[in-house]
Amino acid sequence: MKTEKKKPRVGLFVTCLVDLFRPSVGFATVELLEQAGCEVDVPFAQTCCGQPAYNSGDRKDAREIARQVIEAFEGYDYVVAPSGSCAGMLKKHYAELFADEPAFHKRAVAFSMRVHELVSFLHDVRGIKEVSASFDAKVTYHDSCSGLRELGIQNQPRQLLASVKGVTLAEMKGPDICCGFGGTFCVKYPDVSNAIVGEKTASINATGADLLLAGDLGCLMNMSGKLKREGSKVKARHIAEVLAGMTSEPAIGEG
Amino acid sequence: MVEITSPAFKDNSTGALADVNLQKAMRHVRVNFIEKRAKAAAALPEFDDLRSSARAIKDHVLDHLDLYLEAYEAKVTERGGHVHWAANAIEARGIVLDICRKVNAKTATKGKSMITEEIGLNDFLEKNGVTPIETDLGEYIIQLRGEHPSHIIAPAVHLTMDQVREDFRKAHKHLPADRPLNEPQSLLLEARGILRDRFLKADVGITGANFLVAETGSSVIVTNEGNGDLTQILPKVHIVVASIEKIVPTLEDMSQIVRVLARSATGQEMSVYTTLSTGPRRKGDPDGPEQYHVILLDNGRSTMLGNEFRDMLRCIRCGACMNHCPVYQSVGGHAYGWVYPGPMGSVLTPALIGIEKSAHLPNASTLCGRCESVCPMQIPLPKLLRHWREREFEQHLTPASVRFGLGIWAYAAKRPALYQRMTGFTMGMLRFLSGGRGRFRWLPLAGGWTKHRDLSAPQGRTFMAQWKAKQARISK
Repeated sequence: MKTEKKKPRVGLFVTCLVDLFRPSVGFATVELLEQAGCEVDVPFAQTCCGQPAYNSGDRKDAREIARQVIEAFEGYDYVVAPSGSCAGMLKKHYAELFADEPAFHKRAVAFSMRVHELVSFLHDVRGIKEVSASFDAKVTYHDSCSGLRELGIQNQPRQLLASVKGVTLAEMKGPDICCGFGGTFCVKYPDVSNAIVGEKTASINATGADLLLAGDLGCLMNMSGKLKREGSKVKARHIAEVLAGMTSEPAIGEG
Repeated sequence: MVEITSPAFKDNSTGALADVNLQKAMRHVRVNFIEKRAKAAAALPEFDDLRSSARAIKDHVLDHLDLYLEAYEAKVTERGGHVHWAANAIEARGIVLDICRKVNAKTATKGKSMITEEIGLNDFLEKNGVTPIETDLGEYIIQLRGEHPSHIIAPAVHLTMDQVREDFRKAHKHLPADRPLNEPQSLLLEARGILRDRFLKADVGITGANFLVAETGSSVIVTNEGNGDLTQILPKVHIVVASIEKIVPTLEDMSQIVRVLARSATGQEMSVYTTLSTGPRRKGDPDGPEQYHVILLDNGRSTMLGNEFRDMLRCIRCGACMNHCPVYQSVGGHAYGWVYPGPMGSVLTPALIGIEKSAHLPNASTLCGRCESVCPMQIPLPKLLRHWREREFEQHLTPASVRFGLGIWAYAAKRPALYQRMTGFTMGMLRFLSGGRGRFRWLPLAGGWTKHRDLSAPQGRTFMAQWKAKQARISK
């Protein structure tokens, strides 16, 4: 045992939606990180990444929340979030909030280097190219905007999914097109958001898949909410649930 | 002048979503523009490098804009042209009218130009006795309908073929009823027949410019129909209206940016015509205008040069951002309520007409980033949209209800212990209220969400509560 390399310590950034709506994604994340040889800890001083404030133009609150997150996750080798959107916020936007505060800016930059989205962390940092899970389903995968365009997540989830026994992937038309969620956008402009998600669910339904997967719960709640309203049979789950083989909880929006 | 209806964005978009013709027409944007651009970009391995180099050229120009503008003016003057400086739309319109009056102009042909939309030139000329004649096919159709462009390079993209055919029948009364107008080609020939005569009779030709080349004093237009050439060559007077950031240092710089322009816009390697105009007709020239005027318009650009929206001045008006925007695709250009639609418009419009009149525009975006990913000039459009949201928040233009909700949320989000108690209780309640159905069709205060979609119910206890309980068990 003495020769074993010390396990990297990962601070899990749960994300507010997983914390509040779908804790099972958080536990699937912990499972995947532990399978990947990490020691996982969950700092209590976390709530949300601050995007609702940041994207509403409220820099002051965004900055205070960012400071809280950076301080709470000091000392971990990595900070991992099961969301491209929240990880993108932590990694790509936090440092800029402290542009006029050189000492903390430096800290924020160092922090951002340690931040990763879950699936890309497993694949790119931990070198995981396959998982041991199995799940019988024809799935389709939606690329969430921030994960795709801010963090370059595209092949990693597909490669890991391909290793899940029983899963076949049916690509939808335009998997890279926004689902119309956009954080507060979807409630500020419900009709426009509805038109966009309607396009998306049409693409999803056309694949004949029985399960929709993505790496962001916000997008998933939007798309599954629309699928349910339309009476579609397609279910939705976070990709971590399938990769971890933890699919005993009902799918999103199912009783 | 284009009436500003941006404050009614919500109503505009609701109307647009219910407009069957518009929705049918917008399918074209979703498929054609996007696929053609993707093909053109993929066919050129150095496309992304070219984007970086195009960006660098424009950044360099913006760093030294005063010097290049002066150099450009000197060259135009040397070639026998006239440069006029206009601080705003009113000055620019006035200068155009003065030039028209001096030559007693009755009609002015026009090449397609967004800048003349920006300054509201057509209405102004019309009121002052000069009839403007749009000669680009799309603009011609729009003018027949008394509308404004809904897209910066495809002004009539919001119309179906059937609508255009009806407009032609109404306006071209000489047409026999059995004359077929089923193909774009037949519409084009009909418009061309009418326009030919007007080209020859026009006293003044007015164009915009895609580029102004400091090295040579040339104005450059990039077109597909050839109407721009006839507009600037046939009349006695050619007036170029261009905003100050259109400057590039050299012909070499211009040709580099041209390589990303058409590919991003229409997926063409190059537009059919890339036309350079340098001064009036010289002795021995077979054609060309007797007078050549350039109106350099500021209209808010010099302010942008010094603030957080400077990157926007790199824009070359290709339209790729709107073609790829899910919001633009859904509601079309008119919903944005002024001249420039889509992501570029949502950044530019507040700078030109004021954020208080266009407060919706920066918010009516999911910030999905697809615009930035295809922008040939690498303009960080989502970041600039967010900067406008910051200004709105600072100026208290953000709706009070949003501010209030955000305030409560932020108060809690900054106090993890309180937040976890509150959310623990609320999620438990919601779970209970869902009655095991796993979702809500309706919920108080969540009407924006549940209007069109179900809301999934929380699984029960929050992750943090469960994790804490688990840790407590382990440590016992």
